[in-house]
Amino acid sequence: MSSSTATRPPTEQVRNPEPSKALRRSGDWARRAPLLPALIFVIVMTQLPFVATLVISFMNWNAYYPDERGFTGFDNFARVFTDTNTRQAVFVTILLTVSVVLVSLVLGLGIALLLDRKFRGQGIVRTMMITPFLIVPVAAALLWKHALYNPEYGLFNGLLKTVFGDNAPQPDWITNNPLIAIIAALVWQWTPFMMLILLAGLQSRPLDVVEAARIDGAGAWQIFRSMTLPHLRQYIELSGLLGAIYVVQNFDHVFTITSGGLGTANLPYFIYQTFYTAQDYGRASAAGVVVVIGTILIATAALRTAFSLFKEES
Amino acid sequence: MSTTTSSTGTSDAGTSSGTPRHTEVRHAKPPRSGILLSGAAWVIGFLFALPVLWMILTSFHNENDAAKNPPDVFAPLSLDGYRSFFDAGPWPPLLNSLTASILSTALVLLLAFPAAYALSIRPVKKWTDVLFFFLSTKMLPIVAGILPLYLFAQKVGLLDNIWWLILLYTSMNLPIAIWMLRSFLAEVPVEMLEAASVDGASLTRTLKDIVAPVVMPGIASAALICFIFSWNELLLARVLTSTVAGTAPVFLTGFVTSQGLFLAKVCAASFVVSLPVLAAGFAAQDKLVQGLSMGAVK
Repeated sequence: MSSSTATRPPTEQVRNPEPSKALRRSGDWARRAPLLPALIFVIVMTQLPFVATLVISFMNWNAYYPDERGFTGFDNFARVFTDTNTRQAVFVTILLTVSVVLVSLVLGLGIALLLDRKFRGQGIVRTMMITPFLIVPVAAALLWKHALYNPEYGLFNGLLKTVFGDNAPQPDWITNNPLIAIIAALVWQWTPFMMLILLAGLQSRPLDVVEAARIDGAGAWQIFRSMTLPHLRQYIELSGLLGAIYVVQNFDHVFTITSGGLGTANLPYFIYQTFYTAQDYGRASAAGVVVVIGTILIATAALRTAFSLFKEES
Repeated sequence: MSTTTSSTGTSDAGTSSGTPRHTEVRHAKPPRSGILLSGAAWVIGFLFALPVLWMILTSFHNENDAAKNPPDVFAPLSLDGYRSFFDAGPWPPLLNSLTASILSTALVLLLAFPAAYALSIRPVKKWTDVLFFFLSTKMLPIVAGILPLYLFAQKVGLLDNIWWLILLYTSMNLPIAIWMLRSFLAEVPVEMLEAASVDGASLTRTLKDIVAPVVMPGIASAALICFIFSWNELLLARVLTSTVAGTAPVFLTGFVTSQGLFLAKVCAASFVVSLPVLAAGFAAQDKLVQGLSMGAVK
């Protein structure tokens, strides 16, 4: 290898400076070797189980009736598509994901803009802002359910009584608006996430250009719309995409706050219930397959976005 | 790496050199709006922290005071909540969480580092496809594979075994770590690697001496975020473990079933279980941002 490096004419090196010839020369397998452990591990741990799910989705398999196990073709899928609970779960999942991501993005952007200025106690405010994200999700859900929403001793009704006296209304927050209760608790946790990424985006803005525009008499709104927002676009897309990946899979809040009751069961909770409680393995798997197909459709679009984000860097 | 340092360097320089101009311009606006905006930032920050502050305060009240309505902020402080939490036997689940989080994070780094190397410095063919394959597994909902994972564990006796959870957390966090480390490795100066390769340095030496120092910040961020996600995980732990290998989040969900007042106890428990994440997150806020954005924001 060293001899071939020596014989190579120097002009070639100039023409192709990077990635270098010396590195490229070594065999394909030496190149792939470091990748293989991770690749094989991920395939075994995430793709094989899904293949098994696919197989089980065509089976009549309920752990309570082990003798009736066998293949049934598309029966499970027919049940999944005609079942109103499943359709409700699909609807809830979409509503939950879209509203949590959108509201946290808008709030996160507003707060990031507020924090992107020099003021007294900036560090303290930033630290306070990220606190919700650092609470374990189950703990956060418990906190909202019992310490805030509880109609008898929760903080919300407690504040109402403190401000308006003993005759203050004492609503039962979760029962009245179960889905909004879950969304609010999730927005509280995800706004700091969006804020952190958007704030990093704001701080990477080329300041001199903004200053120049300001001196040229551009108004704050003008600067925001034609300079800040375009610059932030990729950060907004990134935080929205990552937030959606996590919120679409949310289980902790639905499980803790409503136990999937009151029409709040999303797909992860619905599948958990079908498999864990009802022990209907075939139907749970069919629902899982449907979720994956739906996710693939949405993810293809999302990945294209993500690709444009990372392209310029590579 | 060199690009980041220089870019932050210039932006820092821009701020400091632009300071006089900055203040000059800001004075043009009525100063009152500045005070208003700062006040708004303080109020919003406080509102976001309020539930956590309330949780901490409630955890230090006794159960009767915790359940008062209207709330009694100045009730005498008490350690009853913590006492009943620690009497409930939280150490096994806390230790399980610690084991699962630390070991899975170590495994993630062990697997992700060489993989990220193969995707950036000496890229395999179609490396972007491989990279996006990893990310796509992150989009595959965990529930879609949880039943086979359960049945397999049942068959081979891995149910309620912490090692099964460690392996699953590793696969859950591996894609994030690979993306992140790759974005850091992409900044390693290739000429240095070339020189090492010409000198005949082995792969391990190259990794250790040239690559690792440059990507140490990335490794720290990846470790932080993998630790947090493993520590927080509930669904897999709830389905795959019970009395022996149950983790802290599972322990928390079983905490409310008891009769009578439990608010102070639940607040104490939630605070203790969140404490490692709070400490790590506060201590490394910038690492948190890098980790959350999978290295896209540095």
